[in-house]
Amino acid sequence: MFTTNHFAELSATISPSVMQAYVILMVLLVAGGTLFDVIHKQSAKYFFRKGKKSEQNAVRNVSGGEKVSLAVKTTVSDVLTSSEFCNPKRRVAHLLGMYGFVIYLIATIVMVFADPASADSPGIWPFLWAVGALMVCVGGYWFWFFIRVDVSSEGQSPFRVIRADLFILSLLASVTFGLIWAFTQSSGGGVWSMIFLGLYLIATTVLFAGVPWSKFSHMFFKPAAAYQKKVAVANGALDNLPRVADRTDPEDRDRHSMELLKDAPLNMGLGIKREQPRHY
Amino acid sequence: MPTFVYMTSCDGCGHCVDICPSDIMHIDPTYRRAYNIEPDMCWECYSCVKACPQNAIDARGYADFAPLGHSVRVRRDEEKGTISWRVKFRNGTEKNFLSPITTKPWGTGYPELKDEPAPSNEMRDSQHLYSEPKYIRMDDGDVHTLESNKLKMKLGVYY
Repeated sequence: MFTTNHFAELSATISPSVMQAYVILMVLLVAGGTLFDVIHKQSAKYFFRKGKKSEQNAVRNVSGGEKVSLAVKTTVSDVLTSSEFCNPKRRVAHLLGMYGFVIYLIATIVMVFADPASADSPGIWPFLWAVGALMVCVGGYWFWFFIRVDVSSEGQSPFRVIRADLFILSLLASVTFGLIWAFTQSSGGGVWSMIFLGLYLIATTVLFAGVPWSKFSHMFFKPAAAYQKKVAVANGALDNLPRVADRTDPEDRDRHSMELLKDAPLNMGLGIKREQPRHY
Repeated sequence: MPTFVYMTSCDGCGHCVDICPSDIMHIDPTYRRAYNIEPDMCWECYSCVKACPQNAIDARGYADFAPLGHSVRVRRDEEKGTISWRVKFRNGTEKNFLSPITTKPWGTGYPELKDEPAPSNEMRDSQHLYSEPKYIRMDDGDVHTLESNKLKMKLGVYY
């Protein structure tokens, strides 16, 4: 299962060009779905309006070089390490899902396009395909059963499904059925292998075709929003938030209510963050 | 000033849902973002504002001092123990306030109610509880406590 190019074995039943056309169709569906999302929900309009407002409220100009540095910071911090998550469990689950999906996706494309008719030269890709899918499963099921806010905070059943679950459920179904299909194919194929291949294709189609209704496009929007947030901090607009208080600054110390803090230690500790309130 | 959520900033982490003492911060059933289901019942404790890691929760000012067009933005810094407020009025006037977060260090704020004696019949019949017969089950007679009902508090709840 970890060493065989399953798509190569499948090429005995389905032509490699059909498989490649399917992958291209999925890519087009994602691009089209994201564009539809941008136009229909007017998210781009909102995004640029917010950027303009931030520029209007700016107290200093951000140079081009600084913008590049902010873009690099956004990529390294927000995108590559998901630093926006303050809950470490959510962050780890997200990183597992994100990197797992990326590895799984690249491995799938390589295995389908490189030489799907040849089962002899898969290299490391089948291994990466399976590891990526397993990473998505670990992060995804952990999120689904334990971390999801409906379940962890509101005490809902983990089996309650709403529209916002379309992305995570189709993603989990896709990788899970993919893994089961690969396993049944390695153990001799047969009817079960075809059934799970069918389920794998259905789930994958729903995942990529459901972009306008699911959370899929957050992969593209989130980095842009994180960059915009960083620019708003750099140019002083701060999204209309108050500036960060500096208690070592005498001017800040003399501001309203600060007498209560004058003798308090500079670092007050984690306060609310010390324990997740799970007292319902 | 009851709180509300900017749903585009909310990432649905649920901190506000967990901490709201009035149980009115809920998760939107379609988009999985937090929202204040009952602003009229908001205690205005601002626990949700302080707990939100995305600065997605703000307060809506009352019309007598902040009519339409105003904004009340809040920023908290737990490590420094400060919470800052920026109130912008419709005419552009801006007021900034800085206040301490008075959250007590963990482990110092328990009321130790478990050490208190069980309520007596006299307390049960007191006029102070005249409006709460349903909840203390006066009609059933006797004094109801956790022990008498063989109940235990969940781990993490301190009384």
